[in-house]
Amino acid sequence: MNSLSKELQEEQRKIEMLAKSLGLDFFDSVFEMVNYKEMNQIAAYGGFPVRYPHWKFGMDYDSLSKSYEYGLSKIYELVINNDPCYAYLLEGNSFLDQKLVMAHVYGHCDFFKNNKWFSKTNRKMMDEMANHATRIRRYIDLYGLTKVESFIDTCLSLDNLIDRHAPYTEDKFELIKPKADVSVLPVEAKKDYLENYIQNFDPSGKNNFKAPKEYHAEKDILKFLLSHAPLENWQQDILDILRDEAYYFAPQGMTKIMNEGWASYWHAKMMTEHLCSDSEIVCFCDTHSGTMAMSPNGFNPYKIGIEIFRDVERRWDKGQFGLDWLTCEDQKEKANWDTGAGLGKQKIFEVRRDYNDVMFIDNFLTEEFCVENKFFVYKFNKQKNAFEIDTKDFAAIKAKLLFQLTNFGQPIIQAVDANFENRGELLLTHLYEGVELQPDYMNETLTRVCELWKRPVALATVLDKEPCLVVHNGTEVDIKKLKSM
Amino acid sequence: MGINEDHKRFNEIVKGRIKEDFKKYITHEEMVGKSENDYVKIPVSKIKIPKFVYGAKNSGGVGQGEGQEGQKAPGQGEEAGDAPGEHTLEVEIEIEELAEILGQELELPRIQPKSANKIESFENKYNSVSDQGPKGLHHFKKTYKQALQRSISNGTYNPSDPIVIPVKRDFRYKAAKKVSKPATNAVVIYMMDVSGSMGEAQKKIVRMESFWINTWLKYNYKGLENRFIIHDAAAKEVDEKTFFNTSESGGTLISSAYKKALEIIDKDYSGDQWNIYLFHFSDGDNWSNDDTVLCKEIIKKEFTPKVNLFGYGQVESKYGSGQFIKDIKDDFSDNEVVVCSPIKDKSEIVRSIKDFLGKGK
Repeated sequence: MNSLSKELQEEQRKIEMLAKSLGLDFFDSVFEMVNYKEMNQIAAYGGFPVRYPHWKFGMDYDSLSKSYEYGLSKIYELVINNDPCYAYLLEGNSFLDQKLVMAHVYGHCDFFKNNKWFSKTNRKMMDEMANHATRIRRYIDLYGLTKVESFIDTCLSLDNLIDRHAPYTEDKFELIKPKADVSVLPVEAKKDYLENYIQNFDPSGKNNFKAPKEYHAEKDILKFLLSHAPLENWQQDILDILRDEAYYFAPQGMTKIMNEGWASYWHAKMMTEHLCSDSEIVCFCDTHSGTMAMSPNGFNPYKIGIEIFRDVERRWDKGQFGLDWLTCEDQKEKANWDTGAGLGKQKIFEVRRDYNDVMFIDNFLTEEFCVENKFFVYKFNKQKNAFEIDTKDFAAIKAKLLFQLTNFGQPIIQAVDANFENRGELLLTHLYEGVELQPDYMNETLTRVCELWKRPVALATVLDKEPCLVVHNGTEVDIKKLKSM
Repeated sequence: MGINEDHKRFNEIVKGRIKEDFKKYITHEEMVGKSENDYVKIPVSKIKIPKFVYGAKNSGGVGQGEGQEGQKAPGQGEEAGDAPGEHTLEVEIEIEELAEILGQELELPRIQPKSANKIESFENKYNSVSDQGPKGLHHFKKTYKQALQRSISNGTYNPSDPIVIPVKRDFRYKAAKKVSKPATNAVVIYMMDVSGSMGEAQKKIVRMESFWINTWLKYNYKGLENRFIIHDAAAKEVDEKTFFNTSESGGTLISSAYKKALEIIDKDYSGDQWNIYLFHFSDGDNWSNDDTVLCKEIIKKEFTPKVNLFGYGQVESKYGSGQFIKDIKDDFSDNEVVVCSPIKDKSEIVRSIKDFLGKGK
């Protein structure tokens, strides 16, 4: 790991000044030059130089290294949400690429600092991660690698079961640290939960399933287990660590499109308007369009993000918003609409401050953009054993995109009852929204919840379009149809 | 510390899996013939951390590209995987390691070579430096060091203009040293019946079995040689590719293959420093009884004194009579060199390998 060369340092100062003059606001940024091995390592570690020891990182490193070596992919830059912001540049990239990457990084830094969804993240995460690593290493020394590793495996299976919105509602988030010796604390049993569930259930998934209001449900399953599962001290600490890290990474998942779009918007602006010399512009365009290219399978957050930001800027510059604009029926008038409002810049900064991906797509994705980029919704056809195009309807595309983004594309699972059937069993419910869980994964994950809970665990969900109660007693699964109950 | 530790741990886990499921891999067609030099690529299903997730088939998604409603979605793959991101991981594993696992799992004894340490072979190892040599072996670093040393010691070196020009006596060359090492030479001659009655399925079994036999022998003998003979009513020597891909038709004269093998042995592998392995795979259908008698003659008089092992693997096919194995088994039941092994189907490959190699010959 090296600091930057003199030329790049000079360039960095220039870009930093430029970024500030354009209105970007960021933490101090520290750039370091790394070779591809270090880059792959840092990428495998989720952007951090030090993480707790786990084979998962080795697996990611393995695939990153291989795809780099075979020339399939290359990571240009990595930046960490931290104060100061750390960013890594890849050794051996051209001078122009490094400039581009630095400009891009300042976009990210600004986003990290100012977007509201990042406001609750730990800005000293770099240190925190290192502390986590030390703690876990200490447990490995005390209890042995296999024991600690398999416990981490178990916890990692559950690390998507957090409440992504909890950090923004203060009272809910603060974890009451359980005392050292926790045994099962029975939560008051409610008998009517299944009734509620069945009443509200609609297998077609057309009417959104409404969660019954009456019982206390906890979406943050990790918190629930921390408070109620019979764990040893070191296990609690590890679970707490992993929960911490899951919450730290959550906003990055919630703002992927915006974050990349914002950074791309600014690197493009800075490079084309200020930083590129005449001889560099073609090379810049080449690299830039490479990053913006839409691949056929799925969408490129860089591209969608940058296009929407530009569209928003254009519309607010021309005053294409508000009641007048929305109620205008005349296509010709709409096409030439320009009130000279000039609010574009103000608006995009506002969006960058207040929005996350769900809101961003919901408010600003336009039909024109979907048509132009040939978007479609695909679904699986069982007869043909292949994915096929379902529809090209704008509303459907938008709904699908939003569905994928809500809760970061993860199913919402709630812990409902810690004393299910009055036997100290744990009841989880899956808030069914028309898409079923992957069954083999579900069974394996349930096994792992059992390992923590040490008692049978039940999950109310929908399998093959029928409401079911999947009960796992640690060794085997039993599926009961809920209708017959 | 750091990623190397995690990477190592990951590899350990992967290898642990290979070991665990090793018997499954033996009948894995994909890996057979995927050996490159000293590595074999094994497709292992990606290790995953199970979570509550939506099934890919259930959820679908948003894609992009040409096409009308109802057409195949571009970019979504030919065959849809069941789980999200269900990819296989191709793990490279050294033949040596693979053979070790094979040995452990099947409890194979190490092979005792017939004539260990009898002859020595010499090998050039380029691990020293000389001041004379051809240009192609020029050692740049050492030469530069010499030149630098010289220029510093005689005061011509200028740190602000660090140009070092080597003169003739600075030049250094890589040089070879002769290293002697004991050698054991081994050759495997594979023979296969390619007459009409040997179908694709039978050949697959032969292919898999010979791959594993070869892996084990290679582990035991460095520089193992392979020869291949195919036969129907007549025998010919072929290369490996042809061996596994030819299908002929017609009658079967097993003796023709044995004669051919004998010819190869006498020509190229005579003398007692060779460890010779013969494997013959057939469906057990021979043309005539006379020929079987002739085969027995060859095995008894020629093969038995010359070879370490004569393995006869009989693959069951619905056309063959399967008589041959009975004929040999009766005659050679007390002969240590001759091993017969019937292979009913794929699942018996493991057992059959053990039959052949279990004696440590």
